[in-house]
This record gives sequence, C-alpha cells and structure tokens, in this order.
Amino acid sequence: MNRFAIPLGIFAVLVVVFAVALKRAPEKQFVQSALIGKPAPDFVLPDLLAEGGTVDSRHFKGRWFLLNVWGTWCYECRAEHAQLLAIQKEGKVAVVGLNYKDENDAAREWLQELGNPFEAVAVDKEGRAAIDYGVYGAPESFLVNPQGIIVHKVVSVITPELWQNTLLPMVEGKTP
Amino acid sequence: MIPEIGQFAMILALLLAAAQAVFGIAGPWRGNQRLIQAVYPAVAGQFVMLALAFGCLIWSLVHNDFSVKLVVLHSNSALPIYFRVAAAWGNHEGSLLFWVFVLSIWTLAVAAFSTSLPRPFVARVLGVLGVISLGFLLFSLATSNPFERLQPARFDGIDLNPVLQDFGLTIHPPMLYVGYVGFSVAFAFACAAMLEGKLDQTWARWTRPWTTVAWMFLTVGIALGAWWAYYELGWGGYWAWDPVENSILMPWLLGTALIHSLSVTDKRGLFKSWTLLLAIMAFSFCLLATFMVRSGVLVSVHSFAADPKRGIFILTFLALTIGGSLSLYLWRAPLLKSSAGFDLLSRESFLLFNNILLVVATAVVFGGTMAPFIADLAGLGTLSVGPPYFNPMFLLPILPLLTLVSIGTFARWKRGQLGESRRRILGSLALAVVLGLAVMLGLYGDRSILGPVGVVLGLWIIGSALIDPIDRWRRGLSVSAAILGMTLAHIGLGVVAIGLTTMESRRVERDVALSPGQQVEVGRYSFRFLGTEEVQGPNYQATRARIEVFHDGKPDSTLLPERRDYLVQEQSLAEAAVGVGWRRDILATMGDAVGNGAWSLRLQVRPVMRLVWLGALLMACGGLLATFDRRYRKQRATAAQTSVAAGLADGSAT
Repeated sequence: MNRFAIPLGIFAVLVVVFAVALKRAPEKQFVQSALIGKPAPDFVLPDLLAEGGTVDSRHFKGRWFLLNVWGTWCYECRAEHAQLLAIQKEGKVAVVGLNYKDENDAAREWLQELGNPFEAVAVDKEGRAAIDYGVYGAPESFLVNPQGIIVHKVVSVITPELWQNTLLPMVEGKTP
Repeated sequence: MIPEIGQFAMILALLLAAAQAVFGIAGPWRGNQRLIQAVYPAVAGQFVMLALAFGCLIWSLVHNDFSVKLVVLHSNSALPIYFRVAAAWGNHEGSLLFWVFVLSIWTLAVAAFSTSLPRPFVARVLGVLGVISLGFLLFSLATSNPFERLQPARFDGIDLNPVLQDFGLTIHPPMLYVGYVGFSVAFAFACAAMLEGKLDQTWARWTRPWTTVAWMFLTVGIALGAWWAYYELGWGGYWAWDPVENSILMPWLLGTALIHSLSVTDKRGLFKSWTLLLAIMAFSFCLLATFMVRSGVLVSVHSFAADPKRGIFILTFLALTIGGSLSLYLWRAPLLKSSAGFDLLSRESFLLFNNILLVVATAVVFGGTMAPFIADLAGLGTLSVGPPYFNPMFLLPILPLLTLVSIGTFARWKRGQLGESRRRILGSLALAVVLGLAVMLGLYGDRSILGPVGVVLGLWIIGSALIDPIDRWRRGLSVSAAILGMTLAHIGLGVVAIGLTTMESRRVERDVALSPGQQVEVGRYSFRFLGTEEVQGPNYQATRARIEVFHDGKPDSTLLPERRDYLVQEQSLAEAAVGVGWRRDILATMGDAVGNGAWSLRLQVRPVMRLVWLGALLMACGGLLATFDRRYRKQRATAAQTSVAAGLADGSAT
C-alpha cells in the first residue's frame, strides 16, 4: 500500500459522499420574499367590477389562488395578460387581481379590451394591501395555497415557462 | 449595451484562460519557447478582460440598470452608492466574477514578480492558474451569469439584504476572496514543481512570500468577518461555528501550517512531500468551502442561492483539480527522499508538532462540520453540532499548540539540545505565570480555568517571541524582516489568546425589559434607559433608544441602539450600539417593544474585546512584514543566474 495514495483515497470517498448528498439536496429556490411560508396578509378592499362591493381575501381560503398585482400604467402587465387568461381558463387556481395605484375607469376599460382573467379585482389605490405584501412594482404575483400560506412570489411577468415549470407543479403538489 | 460588453469580455477572458492553461502546460512540456512566451500576453489579456467585465457590473449597479437581473435582485435606487458598488460581490453571481477577477490579479502579479525565476517553471505555474481560472469562468458563464437580463426591465430593485448593508460587507468578502485565491498560487507552485519533477527546496522558497501574503489577507478577512458579526448582528457573537465560518477557518489553519512547513523545506530541505501535500490541501479546502457554500449541501446563514446544478458543476471541477493534483502527488512524491535527520528537541520537531496540531484542529473542525450532514445522509436523523462540541474539541489541539510556540521559538535547527535556552524558557514561563495569575486573580478575581491558562500562555508567547530579536539587537546583529514579521505575528497570537480567553471567562450579559427611566446593573456598569425616538434613514425607518451608561456611579457613555425597518425588503433589524474601549466593550441591542414605551434589551459588558482585533491585526502585519525580507529578493537574484542555464537545459532536453 502506497502511503502517498492515502490523500487521493480519502478525497475519492469525499467526492462520492458529496455526490450522494448533492443528489438528495432538495431543490431550493431563491428566497424572493420574507413572506414565503407565512400566511398571506388579509385585506378587504373595494371591488373594481361591482360598484359598492368589496373583495375579501379570506373568501379564497381553501383554494389555491394567485394574487396578481397590476395597473394600467404598467406596460409589462400587458405582456403578462395573455398568460393570466390562459391560467384562468385552465381553472387550477383562482386568479385574483390587485389593481395597484390605478384609475378605476381605465382599469375597467383595459379589462374590456383585453379580456378579464380575474375572478375578482380588488382596488388598492393607496397601496395599503400592497405594503403588507411587500410589493414594490407591477406586475408581481403571489401564489397562495389552500391553507392561506404564500408559497411563491413572482417578480415581473409570469411567462408560460414559469407557469408550467414552477407554479403549476406547486399547485399540483409535485414540488413542495 | 454595457452588460453585453461585460459578458463579451468574460467570454474573451475564458478563451484567454484556456490559451494560458494550454500554453503554460504544453509549452514547457514540449520545450517550445514560443508557447512559453505566449503565456504572458494571455495573462495580461485575461486581466484586462476581467477588469472590464467587473467594471461593467459595477457600472450597471451604480447606474441602476434594472434590466439586469442581478441589479434588480440585489440593489435599489434608494441604496447609497457605496452599497450599490458593494452589491457587486454581495451575491453569488457577482462574487464569482470577483473571484476570477482577483485570480487574474494574483496571476498577473506572479507573472510580473517572477521575472527572475526560470521561465518554463513560471509558465507552468501560470498554466495551472489558467486551469483554475478556466474552471471558474466556465462555471460562471454556464450556471451563474452576472449579466443576465430581465425581460422586461423593472422600475426598481429589490434592495440589498439589509444585514449586508454595512461597511463590514464592503471589505470583509473581498479580503477573504483575496486570501482564498492567494492559496491558488501556492497550489500552482506545488503543481508546477510536480509537473517539472524538480522537487528540490527552491519551489518552497519561491512560494513562501506568496503564501504569507495570502494568509495575511485571510487573517484580515476572518477578523473582519468576526468583527462584523460582533457589532452588526448585535448579539455580541463573533464566531458561531457556522459551516461557512468553519470553511474559512480550515484553509486558514492549513495555511498557517503551510507557512511553517515551507520554512522547514526552504531552510533544511525536510518535509518536502508533506509541504507539497499541505499546499494542495490548503487550496483544496478553499475549493471545498466554495462547494459547500454554493451547492446547498450545507445550509448556513451565509448561503447564497443554492442550486444543485451548480453543485454538480463545482463537484466535477473539484474532482478534476484536486483529484488531478493528488494524482500528480501520488506519482511524484515517492521520488522524494529527505536526507537530513533531526533531533527530538530541534526546531524541526517543534514545527512538525505545529503542523500535526494544526492539521488535527482542521480535522476537528472538518469533522464537526461534516457530521450533521453525514448523519443526515446515513439516515440517522438530524444532528446538530455546535459550540458544545467545537469549543472543547478545538481547544484540545490548540492549547498544546500555544504551549509549544514558546519552546519552539527557542529551539535550534537540527540540534536537539535546548542547552542555555532552557534557562530562558523557564524564566519566561515563570514570569508569564506570575504576571498572568496576578492579573487574572488579582485584578479580576477570576475563578475559571480557561481565563488564567489563556493569559499565562499568551504572555509566555509574547515574552518568548520578544527575547530573540531583543537579544540580536543588543548584540548588534541585524534583525531581518522575516524575524521581525514572525515576532510580530507571534505577539499577535499571544494577544488574541489573552483577549479571547479573558473576554470569554469575564463577560457579563443581561436580557431585561426596561421602561423609560428605569435602570439596571450589569457587572460594574449600570444602564439607564431614557426612552425612544423615531428616526428616518435613507432606506429605512428606525426606533432609536437612548441609554446612559454609568461606571461605578460615574457617567461613562451614551448608547444609541436602533431597531430598523427596511422599507423595500420588509425586514426589521436590530442595529446594536457598541461602546468600545481598551478595558471593555459595552453593547446594547434592542429586542421588541413590550408596551407602554418599554423595550426588551440585551445589555453586555465584554472586557478587552479590542485585544482580539488588535492581535489579529498584529498577526496580519507580521505576515506582511515577513514578505519584505531581503532574502527572498536576494535568492531570486541568484535564482535568476541559474535560471538561464536551467531554462536552456529544460528547453533542449525535450
């Protein structure tokens, strides 16, 4: 036995151990928000689509819902719209809009023109709910599970790939 | 546009690194002088390209280019400009680019300062460094591109993690990286010597100043990290045996061992194969540290975004470089024979003990770091290894090490008789014991064991480190920079030992809830909480408490700890207030509001904490001083004369 082979041998064992560990390392994601894993903040806000009505976030508990922060002033939101419509059509999650710092008339016009992907749209003119959610711009989306826990935050546009590869597997319980 | 230029520069750097690796290794192997000459422009070009790339990244951060993903995720327009610059290395992608950039600086320095060494040898060193650079650039471009764009762009960024918004962040990681990467030079020298097959002691001599400089940066980096944790995290902690901290400590311990074993190999031609192995190991632990932090196999407060894909890449790279170098070692080391012997009580012996104890300490840290992870892998459940394991186990090799430092400095090369030194050893020990016990028992009334033992050993180290230079000076002999450096570093070690053990055995802390006007005693200090006020920072709002501190009834200082709410990241952080002094540090940290204007507070008095930072600084200065020794330059000049012949011989041999 060559004593100079000992370091190489130890190192080889270490590499095998690391390789096994790596295979078992859970897929970890960016921690995009301190809110992930925490209960989604509740809000009761005026309803954009029903004059005088309110949207209560607690109504959506027990279902998966996607809270989408948008505004007509946000040009990227237009890019995201088609995907939101597709998600709504798929019917796996309730899409809820949070109309952020916007004009009500303009917002209604926008939905008439492009189609409405939202089950309900809450109006957050002063951005009070948005502060609770740590929103700093639009679009931004929060995926909330039936227990009311935020499981994922999307900054920027939800692309078809992001929906297929990240969000949908979460909803279907394929990834934690 | 600018981010694309940066990315393009990175790709060019990758190609140049490949050229550098191929020319540097193939040139001397084929004996091709033109290839050897071509290594130098590749080195220079790579440096220029990486400087350009890094400059582009900083430009994007400073100009708030929120179309770049890294800028969006780690910066914000409200962030002060120096934190925007520091954000360049406060994240995974940026720090990797910084890593290779630092490597290119080291490589350039090796190329520039090694003009007197044999060209084929330098080419091999540069070639090995090129392989490392190539690996990291591939890693960066394939899995962690810092210039990735975000479609569409954002209006503003998410902000830098508030924990990292501190002056400490701007300098602590760069220091560590410079140190880490510096060990790649020692590694490259060792590999080049093995490739060449000329394993006499010259490579060790040439490596010494580089290793010492790298060690110096690592020392400063670790001290800054501890200092940062101490006053920024605010709970008085400075070292938590966190996996990432451990992964920095291990290369430092091995680097310290390497510095000492290099001196034996250089001066006496002994421990040749051991020194080679240490040079490989020190850098391997730097790479392992990178793997453990970046792959997500170990979870730590320091972890960047973990990604298994990155893990596979780093593991492959690790297997190739470390496996390759250890294979080289297996091939070449058996050819080495040490001719000279040495006695049990010679300096060689003590340096051997130093090496053994430092490697044991590394093994202790490594075992503790790996144990939870092995247990998890073997299905034994979650195992948590913390200070109760690390503190006593680490002291086990470190206390004997501290004891042997003093005797070792008195021992002679080769000869085993301590002779007249025996008087000095016993004299200095007696003085240290009397002085140490007088201070600890008299001044502090310390009843612990660790405190007095640490102070006595520390004083003994300082005393015996001073005897030799003072003796030389009195006899009118010259004192070389190397000896002065060693003396300074050993004094630093003694100061750290005194500081840490005194502080740990004498610190007092209390967690209290105070209403405005209330007062509480902590040791001989009393803290009076006067109330809070709201303050507005650039990107946070804070509640600031005002606490007056009295020492033995006399006004001492006023502490202003804050509880900060960072607006964009929605994080709340305690900003501790630290009153520093030579005698003691006093710390106040805010917890939560408990109603009616009352707050929970943690109040601490930590004696002589400053000695720890001072000692670390002295160690680093000692390292720096030692590299200025004239001998390195003189021996390089003589090496230059032989190198011409060697270079010709090497060129014509193949």
